[in-house]
Amino acid sequence: MRQGEISLAGLLALLSLYLMWKSAELPIGYISGQGPGGGFWPFWLSFGMLLSCAAIAWNWWRGLSPASASDEPLMDAFGWRTVALVGGGVVAFVALIPIISMYGAICVFLIYYLRFLGRHSWLLTLVIAIALPIGLFFFFEGAMYISMPQGLPFTQPFFDMMYDIIY
Amino acid sequence: MEVFSLIADGVGTAVQPINLMLIVIGVTVGLFIGAMPGLGSVNGVAILLPVTFLVPPASAIIFLAAIYYGAMYGGAISSVALGIPGASTAVATTFDGRPLALQGRASLALVTAALASFVGGTVATVFFSLFAPLLADVALSFGPPEIFALMLLAFATFVGLGGDDIPKTIFSICFGLVLATVGFDTISGEPRLVLFDIQGFLRGIGFIVLAIGVYGIGEMLWTIEQTRGDVTTTNPKMTAKGLVSDTKEAVRRGWKGTWIGSVLGFFVGVLPAAGATPGSLMAYGVAKMTSRTPEEYGRGSPDGVAAPEAANNSASTGSMLPMLTLGIPGSPTTAILLGGMVMWGLTPGPRLFVDESEFVWGLIGSFYISNFVAVLINLAFIPLFVWMLRMPFTILAPLIFVLSIIGGFAATRSMHDLWLIVIFGIAAFFMRKFDYPLAPAVLAIVLGPIAEPTLRQSLLLSSGDPTIFFTRPIAAPITVIAIILILWPALKLLRRKGQVAED
Repeated sequence: MRQGEISLAGLLALLSLYLMWKSAELPIGYISGQGPGGGFWPFWLSFGMLLSCAAIAWNWWRGLSPASASDEPLMDAFGWRTVALVGGGVVAFVALIPIISMYGAICVFLIYYLRFLGRHSWLLTLVIAIALPIGLFFFFEGAMYISMPQGLPFTQPFFDMMYDIIY
Repeated sequence: MEVFSLIADGVGTAVQPINLMLIVIGVTVGLFIGAMPGLGSVNGVAILLPVTFLVPPASAIIFLAAIYYGAMYGGAISSVALGIPGASTAVATTFDGRPLALQGRASLALVTAALASFVGGTVATVFFSLFAPLLADVALSFGPPEIFALMLLAFATFVGLGGDDIPKTIFSICFGLVLATVGFDTISGEPRLVLFDIQGFLRGIGFIVLAIGVYGIGEMLWTIEQTRGDVTTTNPKMTAKGLVSDTKEAVRRGWKGTWIGSVLGFFVGVLPAAGATPGSLMAYGVAKMTSRTPEEYGRGSPDGVAAPEAANNSASTGSMLPMLTLGIPGSPTTAILLGGMVMWGLTPGPRLFVDESEFVWGLIGSFYISNFVAVLINLAFIPLFVWMLRMPFTILAPLIFVLSIIGGFAATRSMHDLWLIVIFGIAAFFMRKFDYPLAPAVLAIVLGPIAEPTLRQSLLLSSGDPTIFFTRPIAAPITVIAIILILWPALKLLRRKGQVAED
């Protein structure tokens, strides 16, 4: 935890510096007759972020925060594995949306999660993984008129069939 | 007397069939969400905000407020039945609720929680009805310096009263405010902070993207990593006869805590950034301090359940008062409600009471109805909610991820924003591991678009002289209080050091 605390503070300090630099593309001072420039507010707030990071580092140096005084690891092997499998699953879910459509990605994600992470039966997995996307389709496309991403052209026959049911 | 007629009109709006239906659905969904470990009103409101585009704004906020109410009631269910709070607002409920459940008195704890929540919510709604028009009248005279001073006060309360690591809280506030500036400079019209020159950032970063990322993805990852499925349930047995006797006992042994929680919760809830969690903890502390039998607390005292439950419902209503009258949210959930109002084309603040009177009083009327509906549904469906709590987390978690992603897309219609939701979610998980409070960032991204223009207009008015915040009669005291609150932790530290030196 101790090493992680200062590493994260360092990373956030770098982000603060980047935001200060980016904000300075617009005037950061007072322009007579116009008031503060467009970069004024984000620049000084980013500077505030940088100062906060310095204070976090100071507290870390003095061991004042719980994380800086802890010898515990950030997460054990089980924790890292869980976060990687779940977080990775969510990333893959979003990555699949432009390829196999929102509803297809939901179906695949649910199969992955329920069957392979949750170890539920195939029957329960398939019931949820098929019923939920269909229910969401009718809710969003039918009731709310919100079109979700439809993926590559090979998914089109499925959407044509579903739109025939709605309209 | 005018207030009563406005309340009557508001109740009339709230009982229109569509609104009544939304209240029933919202309260039920809220109860379920609040009862789920790791989920609270803020998650429910953030995840379901996108679906409110289907109905008019008045119905939309009535629905979200009903979820808020329901979640406040529901938090007690997992505190008692599982021994883990459904949300931080129900932490204090576990102190006595869990011991009661372990003694086989879970139904007494749940009935006490439901009744105390009802009283807390109703008392707070009466206070709300009386104070809201007064505060709105005062706030009508506010100009840019006064509004900016109020924004400063909202952030200062997070620093002074938040109880979290101060530098991390300040970082979180500044980060949220910077995120709110991404896109275009509203005054000059020039592109601003187009990060890594990715064109998607020209659209800005909506608060909903951050809220869903933090509360839909980040918090779920956190819960999955923390709980590891190791949850022990207690099954409360409930019968009609038992319910009647529990109700009598709850009234007899929980009335004092209920009143303390109801009154204290409201006033703590009104403070920006305070909200229901400190309200419920303070109510528990005061109830214990003033009790003739403080030794019973922590061992299964109905007063110990009633005080925090009355307070968290009362505070949740109280936190809507500054949101509607001043445009300052009193809690993370109201920050999201505020963002929703902006998305629906409404401008929170004093003008709302004048320009959108029907909307405001319809919402206030819905508080009364929601409270009544919530207590009925809660009492009737406690066994059902407890059964639902046994739904494996491995089914619940993917459903929440799916709702977060599809809800996020429905609100933004942008793959760029979906990726931002995922990035914010993962970042929020790691930041939370290191105790960075994230609610201030969500509050800041909502208030940023109000704070920046009012600061720039104020400085333009004064030709760049910042003393404008100290010379106007309303802005000056607010600014001074804000500065004292910001310096409060440092003053406390100095005092402690002085005492140590004396010793």
